[in-house]
Amino acid sequence: MIRKLVRFLDQRTGTAPLVRKTLRYLFPDHWSFLLGEVALYAFIVLVATGTYLALFYQDGTATVTYHGPYLPLRGQEMTEAYRSVVNISTTVKAGLLIRQTHHWAADVFVASIVLHLLRIFFTGAYRKPRELTYWIGLTILIVALLEGYLGYSMVDDLLSGMGLAIGYGVALSIPFFGSNIAAWIWGGPFPGQHEFFARMYIVHVFLIPALIAVLLAAHLGLVAMRHHTQFKASRRETERKLVGVPMFPGQAPRSLGLFFAVAGVLFLLGGLVQINPIWLWGPFHTYSSTNGAQPDWYLGWLIGALRLVPSFDLVIDGYTLVPNPFWGGVAFPGVVFTFLFLWPLMERKVTGDTAFHNVLQRPREAPWRTAIGVAMVTWVTLVFIAGGADRIDVLFDISYTAQIWAYRVLIWVGPVIAGVVAYRACIELQRGEPVEHDRERAEHEAKAAATVQDVA
Amino acid sequence: MARVKDLLVSAALLAAGRRRPKLHADREPIVPPGEERPGSELAVIVLLFATALFAAAFIAVYALDRLPNQTQLLGASLGLAFLCLAAALILIGKRLVVTEEIEEDYPVVEHESEQEAIAQVVADSGSRFTRRRLVKASFGVAGGVLGAALITPAASLGPFLDVEPFYATTWKRGRRLVDEKGKPWRADDIEQSTFYTAFPEGADKEALPSSVVLVRLPPHDFKLPKAIANYPAQGIVAYSKICTHAGCAISLYRAPLFQPDEPRPALVCPCHYSTFDPATGGTVLFGPAGRKLPMLPLYVDRKGYLRAAGTYDEPVGPSWWGVRMRKPKPA
Amino acid sequence: MRTRAAAIAFVAALVCAATAAAASGPSPQQVQQGKSLYGRYCLSCHGMNGSGVAPSRVIGAGPGRDQEQQNAVAPPLRGVGARAADFYLRTGYMPLQKLGLQPRRSKSPLSPSQMDALIAYIASLGKGPPVPKPQPARGNLSEGMQLFTANCAGCHQIVAEGGYVTGAVPPPLEDDSSTQIAEAVRIGPFVMPTFSEKQISDRQLDSIIAYVQYAKHPDDRGGWAIGHLGPVPEGLVAWFIAAVALVAVCMVIGKRLTSH
Repeated sequence: MIRKLVRFLDQRTGTAPLVRKTLRYLFPDHWSFLLGEVALYAFIVLVATGTYLALFYQDGTATVTYHGPYLPLRGQEMTEAYRSVVNISTTVKAGLLIRQTHHWAADVFVASIVLHLLRIFFTGAYRKPRELTYWIGLTILIVALLEGYLGYSMVDDLLSGMGLAIGYGVALSIPFFGSNIAAWIWGGPFPGQHEFFARMYIVHVFLIPALIAVLLAAHLGLVAMRHHTQFKASRRETERKLVGVPMFPGQAPRSLGLFFAVAGVLFLLGGLVQINPIWLWGPFHTYSSTNGAQPDWYLGWLIGALRLVPSFDLVIDGYTLVPNPFWGGVAFPGVVFTFLFLWPLMERKVTGDTAFHNVLQRPREAPWRTAIGVAMVTWVTLVFIAGGADRIDVLFDISYTAQIWAYRVLIWVGPVIAGVVAYRACIELQRGEPVEHDRERAEHEAKAAATVQDVA
Repeated sequence: MARVKDLLVSAALLAAGRRRPKLHADREPIVPPGEERPGSELAVIVLLFATALFAAAFIAVYALDRLPNQTQLLGASLGLAFLCLAAALILIGKRLVVTEEIEEDYPVVEHESEQEAIAQVVADSGSRFTRRRLVKASFGVAGGVLGAALITPAASLGPFLDVEPFYATTWKRGRRLVDEKGKPWRADDIEQSTFYTAFPEGADKEALPSSVVLVRLPPHDFKLPKAIANYPAQGIVAYSKICTHAGCAISLYRAPLFQPDEPRPALVCPCHYSTFDPATGGTVLFGPAGRKLPMLPLYVDRKGYLRAAGTYDEPVGPSWWGVRMRKPKPA
Repeated sequence: MRTRAAAIAFVAALVCAATAAAASGPSPQQVQQGKSLYGRYCLSCHGMNGSGVAPSRVIGAGPGRDQEQQNAVAPPLRGVGARAADFYLRTGYMPLQKLGLQPRRSKSPLSPSQMDALIAYIASLGKGPPVPKPQPARGNLSEGMQLFTANCAGCHQIVAEGGYVTGAVPPPLEDDSSTQIAEAVRIGPFVMPTFSEKQISDRQLDSIIAYVQYAKHPDDRGGWAIGHLGPVPEGLVAWFIAAVALVAVCMVIGKRLTSH
């Protein structure tokens, strides 16, 4: 029966050779190579659940009075947008499940991209000929951050509205044309024109998903065309010879299984763990705010940066050149992403290594890269943790103001220490390997000798 | 009746029967054969039936919408259905299909002859051009200007070049202060050690310049610079409620009950904890804000209502390049 | 017959006397007991007859506070009434263990009857407001949410999980009784604003209290609420539950590098 189907398709498309090649496409086998797939499957769940939500969401900013089933909101004024999401959460059957799954999928999507990026960085997978793949992946990450931000801001609840105001403040802080950019995006000063929510809607449900889909296709296409990198797990793997498991029958059930595992975990979370209960936050007003407002985790590094910068606007002769939020909201992520984009070129320049690389390095085999990478991760992580210093004061009674001062020092000292420690760890691990190898060989020989003796 | 019997027999055979797949005896197997694992096979079958069971539970829970904890039951059933399917597939992948480790060459590093051929095709194609640089430059100009033209309508999205709206305010001399419901504030309403939110009568409450926070301080507590020394009315001061750092609403007021032992009065923003002193004109005490809070001058009219005596001393909201270049405009 | 009638009359008289005593307020014995408790727990900071102490003076060890020398400075208690005494004592904010720091809810060294006595004494130090009797059942939940958002959420967080203001920690309200909420709103303890009846009427206060009581167990139809704090615990779940689970699945599916 398969034969008949294949024949039908081949006669009409001529793709049998391509399909055969695809079926036997080789996947080098290591668990860390699956992290990118986790991101891909999270994206699929996002598109599926998002499509459903888009059929119920209303992007209107007209003021309405709530008369629905959730009592604490009865009689309150809110936008149509907010009401439609309260409606999805309380009235549409399975609406809350799909909404929560969508939000969990977004959190997990970015988390898995970050894990995947760490694996790519620390194993040198971005090296020639895969720089393009790496840069496309970084772009997907940046776009995913924006997409998530827009997604939860579309709800117009108190928490995300505060986040939008801050985004506006950060846009304004761009030197020379901050106000122009902000006025262009919002259609004037905050809260902007009514069209702003329609714009977020179109960007979030159409423009960015299309962009991510195209970038993903290019990313995966490039991986397939140059083939996947591999670790040197035995003598068989070399720069020329790829050792792997074919797509069919080996890899396909495993990848498919991973897809359903991702879907399963996301739907379990979507049903069992509450996320963004917007009916509790209430509608947004520019004159309202709540304590403890935070952005979604993947923007937490920015709130930490915004809180740490000391109080000053850089003013020259009455011209406010650099308003305060610029450092934390634009410069800090700008430095991090510039570093990531330029890293393959910088590494090439410094090491002089312009060769083709299909074999990955274990982190210990590239001590400088690992040390610098660990330092960077430490820097971002410390800033991220600083963003939660107020909760730490509430929970553990450690003065917030004192913490801020401590972090202002720690975020510079910590990465240096971490980098030095990582470097030394790499060197020590490398030194230990021949010793370990000799020890194992000696054990093996001793065992073989004992067996011979037994036989004799 | 015979039909039903046939159906039952087929189902029983399907469940219990086992068959080794026919191999083409005349051909070399492409995928190497492996041993049978009936235990794993049974596990896969059980997992697949479990998948069906959980999926059916999902449909049932959806239909019976009077159940409490609907979302939890829906999520648990669908999630478990997916996880059982995942387990079945992973089991197949690891134990029921042969895991081959095949060697293959990586694709060729580059195709130098093809690269040259492409370059040559392009070069040959230009053999009829005599003024190549000029043609290229013309294309560049055409493309550049046409591109600019195509981008131009994007300017309609917002007043890209107009900064006047950033200086506009919804206050002017004589405008009454009202609460969220539109009721005017009287000076007598405003007590010490607490805070109030006010808006200009008849204006859009959501506009950033509209919301102000009102506090009353003992008259001898003020240390205002000369330019705004006459802004308070009977000890009542009004500051923009929009934080000058990044635009959140300043909804915290630190009001000590016993001054000797507690931090002094301050307006605080919950986003990054910028802290402003109401006694000195809104200067920054702590936090990242780089600019003081704009202050609204007040007076009390003959009937005892609070009114604005003008507009703010500085533009409201987060700082931008022109925020210190001009005074804000009254409504 | 007669002895039984006499017994009934005696019991009835006792009951009447007890009810009368309860209805007429604290007894002189209570006030006296309160005064001696005041002497033990409160005098060194709040001074004789609640006169207050300022500027600060050094005091030593004492019951209910840390065993070291501390700088004592405290407000006068004349005229604060049973309301303040009831609030500070029942929450355990007073007696203050570490002077100079924000008072925290704690287990009081006083028993409930001792607290009654101390409250009676402090109430006797000049006429002050009585313990309030709020009626949250008469309040409106939606009005309460709006008032809470406008006046309280900035410090206490929108569902009263507590928060931070520069130099202080507005506490979560899950342990507060309706009476204590009403008292705190009217007193404005530590750096909390003081909301009088002019700003928040008793009826509006009923609504706010109804909302706070609701916020103790709000509508968590989405599942495990992870503290009602929003994205921070959500991020922790995404990383430490979802990411861990999915990485574990990857490790089951894929190979690990064995040493070569």
